[in-house]
Amino acid sequence: MNSIHYLYAAYIATWAIHGTYLAILVRKYSRIRREIEKLKK
Amino acid sequence: MKRGFTILAIVTGLLLSFALYAALIAAPTERTMGDVQRIFYYHVPSAWTAFLLFLINFVASIAYLIRRDPKSDILALVSAEVGVVFCTVVLITGPIWARPVWGIWWTWDLRLTLTLVLWLIYVSYLVLRRFSTSSQTAKLAAVLAVFGALDVPLVYFSIWFFRTQHPSPVIGNGGSLDPRMAHVLLINWAAFLCLGWLMGWTRYRLEVLKREVEEAQALESLLEGAR
Repeated sequence: MNSIHYLYAAYIATWAIHGTYLAILVRKYSRIRREIEKLKK
Repeated sequence: MKRGFTILAIVTGLLLSFALYAALIAAPTERTMGDVQRIFYYHVPSAWTAFLLFLINFVASIAYLIRRDPKSDILALVSAEVGVVFCTVVLITGPIWARPVWGIWWTWDLRLTLTLVLWLIYVSYLVLRRFSTSSQTAKLAAVLAVFGALDVPLVYFSIWFFRTQHPSPVIGNGGSLDPRMAHVLLINWAAFLCLGWLMGWTRYRLEVLKREVEEAQALESLLEGAR
């Protein structure tokens, strides 16, 4: 593998990790919002 | 509060874009490693951000053990969680960088092993917080965090005191980093600090909301039981 591919792999991996964590936070937020709506009813 | 969050989000987005440009295009190419050395601009700032977050976790855990303040407990939880995210980046980008430079993905070198142990300690901390149902969970987690934090200086200073495969420090005392590379490194660190702050802020608000919802649900079931 060309060394430039390792560079791209490292940068893509970094953003995949941060993106996954942000997606987890968004999912947690939607779940809490649903719980709040349920409590309001 | 909402305005502050929006401003931070915009600043983070701009800084991350500029930092990416600086790391991939503006920074000079290193002579021996070539372009793959640019992994350095993500690997090192991620490690520094993780160390800082684990330090915040340590201070917040001590504060919780002294004052039993739920805010300190939430801060400890949030800093550990975001710290694990950045530490994961370090553990993934490190081997990707090592493969073309050292010819191996991983070696049981002191710094690498201690970093893996550090990650495992904080993952254990998060697992304890997630699955323990004891009323003592926050206290137990704070004690684990205080002992876990002892690994941070060991990781950081391991390259000073022991002969390791990992490169020696490139900035500060004895460092020989090109000033243009040092600027790009600091820009990337600033961008990652803002990202960590943004993630931490979001996670903190979520945890506060979650605890309020749990309290309201407990109150609701209590009222239903009384009816």
